Amino acid sequence: MLLEITDLSKNFGATEVLQHVNLQVADGEFVAILGPSGSGKSTLFQLIGGIITPTAGEILLNGKAISGEKGHISYMPQQASLFPWRTVLQNVVLAQEIQSKANYTQAEDWLERVGLAQFKEAYPIELSGGMKQRVAFIRALLSEQNLLCLDEPFSALDEFTRLDMQNWLLSVWEAHPRSVLFITHSIEEAIYLADRIIILSKRPAHIKEEIKVPFARPRHPAMLATAEFIALKQHIFAQMETRKTND
Amino acid sequence: MHNVMKRGGAVVFLLVLFIIWEAVVWWRDIPMWLLPAPSAIIAEGYRSFGDFSVHILATTKLTLLGLTIGASIGFIIALLLHRMPLINQMVYPLLILSQNVPTIVLAPLLIIWFGFGLLPKLIIISLVCFFPIVVAMMDGLKNTDPTLKHYMQMIGANRGQTFWKLELPYAMPSLFSGLKIAATYSVMGAVISEWLGAKQGIGVYMTYAQSSFRIDRVFVAIFAIMLLSMALFALIQLIERMIVKGQTREV
Ligand SMILES: Nc1ncnc2c1ncn2[C@@H]1O[C@H](COP(=O)(O)OP(=O)(O)O)[C@@H](O)[C@H]1O
Ligand SMILES: [Mg+2]
Repeated sequence: MLLEITDLSKNFGATEVLQHVNLQVADGEFVAILGPSGSGKSTLFQLIGGIITPTAGEILLNGKAISGEKGHISYMPQQASLFPWRTVLQNVVLAQEIQSKANYTQAEDWLERVGLAQFKEAYPIELSGGMKQRVAFIRALLSEQNLLCLDEPFSALDEFTRLDMQNWLLSVWEAHPRSVLFITHSIEEAIYLADRIIILSKRPAHIKEEIKVPFARPRHPAMLATAEFIALKQHIFAQMETRKTND
Repeated sequence: MHNVMKRGGAVVFLLVLFIIWEAVVWWRDIPMWLLPAPSAIIAEGYRSFGDFSVHILATTKLTLLGLTIGASIGFIIALLLHRMPLINQMVYPLLILSQNVPTIVLAPLLIIWFGFGLLPKLIIISLVCFFPIVVAMMDGLKNTDPTLKHYMQMIGANRGQTFWKLELPYAMPSLFSGLKIAATYSVMGAVISEWLGAKQGIGVYMTYAQSSFRIDRVFVAIFAIMLLSMALFALIQLIERMIVKGQTREV
């Protein structure tokens, strides 16, 4: 197992945010964490990223405890968070710079491969929202850590751009698999992208269900219209609904 | 294009102002020793330019030196106070107080303490121009975009990296706002310091002009001060354009 989280809980003062969360990510696996807004998904990432410490429980990466330690994961936030005074090329090497040393040759290679080469000297202000997210994703890919943590990377984009981005992400990821932990509040996005879906309840968040996604790769947009896809979507929807009426 | 139009607007407005001034002076027959016409001022400036240029040069040198020192001091103070919040709480009020002492009052004191040399003049200029830089720079550092800070934390940046790669570049536009204000102040500071004893400088020229009731020359000096301020402002704007990248450019 690459990432193993056991019995993780987090309180902010009297507010319980996470309750006894258990989850694993295997090498090369794409795991989606699905939960309503405010359920504690980003908090989970902050715990894995080590910028806050758990109230209880353990986080192991490659068998090593990493609670409270920073710098073990690659990260992509919801807001692209590109530095406005850096060009695209200078931006994508930023995470590398923090870890060790910028590798511009590798960075240019990647920009070429994912069709961003013509933007490498552009500043973020010149890019569309979707382009910015692509750059942010490549920046995360270029840093050397094994686990890629994506926090709702497409939720600030419009519907059309988002579909585009999902397909782009899949094409890049399928060609260069990495272990991914992907936070989203969109059921379709979770099914379309992930190998496995972990459904979080409303706050205080605990794991409601874990679903192995039965669709083969590579995935195609045609999949979104199949009866199987719709059935799974309805199942997850019902899961999240029951929780609501239980409250 | 838009910018050019705006600048053009300012020039036209200034010209109209001058024409009205000129007209009023001729029409009401205002005597030269009370208010000279713009044409008379320009003529005097042209006539005495040879003698006057020495003074302009001296003031320019003094201003640049004082601004550089004052700006560096302001920059360093801002960095120190930003890194040491406790000291900031003690020192910041004192910095504000330092700005409440009128330069005109302080200048003679500095002359008494430090003589007529370069030192008291540089102290005066530094005093008037370090403060806008401290304030602007500290605001810039403090207001660093929290989402970018959070990102830096999540990827494991330490305090030094966060400062050099994020906070400092983020504060550059603020630093330049402070510098533009400081530059304007520094010319005033230089002229005031020259009033109190110097061999050369616009301030000296102004004192002579005043004591001999050459109001036209006083105005020549005033125009020179304005032109010098504008030139400094433009210089800083130019440097800003070269250094600050990827920002929307305001006018
Ligand atoms: N530092 C904090 N102090 C107090 N409460 C917090 C803090 N961070 C997050 N929370 C609370 O934890 C809950 C979960 O937040 P978050 O993890 O951002 O949710 P999500 O990412 O699932 O939308 C929210 O109700 C939020 O108010
Ligand atoms: Mg969130």
